[in-house]
Amino acid sequence: MDTTNTDGGSFNASMQTSPGSMINQYKFDEEDEEQEPGAKDIFITVDDPESHVTTIETFITYRVLTKTTRGEFDSSEYEVRRRYQDFLWLRGRLEEAHPTLIVHPLPEKFVMKGMVERFNDDFIETRRRALHRFLDRVADHPILSCNEDFRVFLSAQAWELTSHKKQGPGFLTRMGETVRAVAASVRGVKNRPEEFNSIQEYVEAFSQKMTSLDRITQRITKEEKEYLEELKEYAPTYTLWSGSEEELAEPLKGMANSLDRCYQETEEQGRQLSDCLAPALHEYVLCSETLKAVLRRRDNIQAELEAKNEALATKRADRDAEPRERGVVWQSLLGKNPEEARQLKQQRLAGEIDELKEEIDKMEDRVEWANNALKGDWGRWQRSMRSDLKEAFLSTAQKNVDYYEKCLAVWESFLLSMRAEVSEVDQRAGDS
Amino acid sequence: MADAEREDAAETDTPNASDTQEKNTNITIQRISFNAQFWKQMAEDGSTLLKRMEITVAEAEKRTGKKAVNMQETYTVYLLETRPSAAVNEGQSVAPDALWRRYSEFELLRNYLLVTYPFIVVPPLPEKRAEFVWHKLSADNMDPDFVERRRVGLENFLLRVASHPVMSSDGIFYHFLTQERGWKEVVYETGFQAKAESRLRALNATFRVKNPDKRFMEMKHYSDELQSITSQLLRARARVADRLYGVYKVHGNYGRVFSEWSAIEKEMGDGLQSAGHHMDAYAASIDDILEEEEHYADQIKEYLFFSEALRAVCRKHELSQYELETESLDLASKKQQRDELATGTMRTFSFKGMTTKLFGQETADQREARLKLLEEQIVEGEETVREKTTECEEHVCSGWVDIQRFKEQKDRDLREAFINYAFMQMSMCRKGIQMWTNAKECFSKM
Repeated sequence: MDTTNTDGGSFNASMQTSPGSMINQYKFDEEDEEQEPGAKDIFITVDDPESHVTTIETFITYRVLTKTTRGEFDSSEYEVRRRYQDFLWLRGRLEEAHPTLIVHPLPEKFVMKGMVERFNDDFIETRRRALHRFLDRVADHPILSCNEDFRVFLSAQAWELTSHKKQGPGFLTRMGETVRAVAASVRGVKNRPEEFNSIQEYVEAFSQKMTSLDRITQRITKEEKEYLEELKEYAPTYTLWSGSEEELAEPLKGMANSLDRCYQETEEQGRQLSDCLAPALHEYVLCSETLKAVLRRRDNIQAELEAKNEALATKRADRDAEPRERGVVWQSLLGKNPEEARQLKQQRLAGEIDELKEEIDKMEDRVEWANNALKGDWGRWQRSMRSDLKEAFLSTAQKNVDYYEKCLAVWESFLLSMRAEVSEVDQRAGDS
Repeated sequence: MADAEREDAAETDTPNASDTQEKNTNITIQRISFNAQFWKQMAEDGSTLLKRMEITVAEAEKRTGKKAVNMQETYTVYLLETRPSAAVNEGQSVAPDALWRRYSEFELLRNYLLVTYPFIVVPPLPEKRAEFVWHKLSADNMDPDFVERRRVGLENFLLRVASHPVMSSDGIFYHFLTQERGWKEVVYETGFQAKAESRLRALNATFRVKNPDKRFMEMKHYSDELQSITSQLLRARARVADRLYGVYKVHGNYGRVFSEWSAIEKEMGDGLQSAGHHMDAYAASIDDILEEEEHYADQIKEYLFFSEALRAVCRKHELSQYELETESLDLASKKQQRDELATGTMRTFSFKGMTTKLFGQETADQREARLKLLEEQIVEGEETVREKTTECEEHVCSGWVDIQRFKEQKDRDLREAFINYAFMQMSMCRKGIQMWTNAKECFSKM
């Protein structure tokens, strides 16, 4: 059980780490998901944003409340306060530990467009909801939810978290990993399996569509705001007019009143769009970026393996090659017996080859594990994407139906009042 | 005998015989395609032309003609059809009489009516150029939608005139409806144009009236308010329409992207594809919705223009009253001059008096002559004042009657317009419910 050399390094000690068992767990989980929908054993809420002002900075913390029956937690309830940075840290750790699992994205650090100040109420609320969704997704994930950093995030007090953050793989180890990753990405992967090619293509297209939908939704919100502004000027003209009329005063007031009510309904419908649909679409724009990163990481892992295989092939070729004139001359210059030199070289190469073979074995396991992790999570992700977006579109459509029904009722009651007026007028005429 | 009777009847029953205001008109109606009994009947039971005759502006057509040397102009003509109601009601299939009229001829007719009936709130014509336009709506006079709405407006104008208790029996109007050629000449022969110019001058002049009828002053004030508020309303409505158009149209983009997205999805593909179609339909639905709303705008516009006509009647009152006051003052001054001359005191200024002072006493003969002149002038003046008083009183009387009629018509029409508006909004809501319910179904299949 070597947990230090591979990148999947921060497993809980009590977990089985052999890739074989990981694969089995995935297969097990897929069947599992159909059963026991109510068997959730961890519930998390994110609420109560609070502003903190220090001499250096101002930031917001959120209350994270956890209720759980899981064994790895000492207690069944936890209440902690966390800031956005803490969430960022957690997500980074999860991605490090599971480079080819799909970790739900966090809301963006800043929103450039249409934002005046960082801390306006709408922004905080949207962020709060997104942070909640993030934790829920992690909690739902069969592997990620067992992550130690996740447990610490949910349960540790502020100072405990700070000290825990300082642990973990040292700077140099991380540097080494980064260098390898960069080298691998430069090299590029040569034989990507077909299924990952098709996932890649899908992700490209999906990303474009989500970006478009996000933009369109924002545009609709903008157009609706402008519509509301004009409506605000229009309705009062009827009120103004009613001041000059006698018989028409009531109908005119009725018109103004109806238009006002429609204004309110339109405002509410607009809120649904910006509170519900827009964030959902935006989240999947971010998801697309996550997916691209995951595919890249998987490619890099495979690229590393390919590089090692190439190195092995080179060394083998070297070992099997005929001794060359130049090499012998060089060795004799150093005062060595050519036959001796050649034997030394063969020995060295044999050692290196064996070492490489061992590394390659481990890498192959690692690649297989990474691929299976991704494949498993890919199915999971697709299912939850379908469910999330279907839900978002359904509720938007429903809200629109409700909106039109409410407006219909407004005008129906206006007509009723007009008819009531007619019969009043008739009565008056009849009496006089 | 019957024929002679009919001809007699035709001449004695010329519409203007009952018209007390216009004494100068001398209209000869050459061919009356109706039975002259028609007029007798109308005069007897006090009904309007509309009750006897179906009038429609059926079609519009483009024509090109020579305006001046080397100048071609394109204009629209409107087909005006008339048919005796009695015949239609009896189930006879009668082909309508038809003729073509240009907008400018309608304008000419209206100007004639304005001058001839200054105590009537004359219905307006549809606008000459498209105003209160929101961006997608064409401002082009040749645009088919604009032409269509104008056709409706012209028909509306004719129906209003034809249903008016006074104007419907006007011969020039009848001529306009029934005889294409020679109408313009007949109108000009009435000499109304001279009056038109002086009327325009008077209406635009500023003068101070001492004792205007309070009701007319209130009405004038109301007409100003009506004009201002309806303009404001129409402007705001156009802007709202423009924005609403934008909201609906952007949804069309959903349609496009859903369609593209469905191509890469397996389970969601069908749901997305059909949802996309509903988004397209939703985006397209706004065109009809807003076209219908233009009719509501036209109804409000009519009353925007009506406010001008109402104002004109009030101004005419002010003018009559002012002229009466001026004449009365003049008469009073002349009387005072005469009295002073008769008694020898000179309080009023007169040139004669001045020269007398400067150049010596006038002779008794001269004084006699002056007195006689003044007496003649006073008699004339009294006649003028009597005429003016009658004119003013008649205008106030019949003007107020028509203003009341107008008021009731306005209240009825606008009530109906608001009710129609509500129906339109409800129809729009129902369409929205339908579309989004359909979309919901598609989403649930995702």
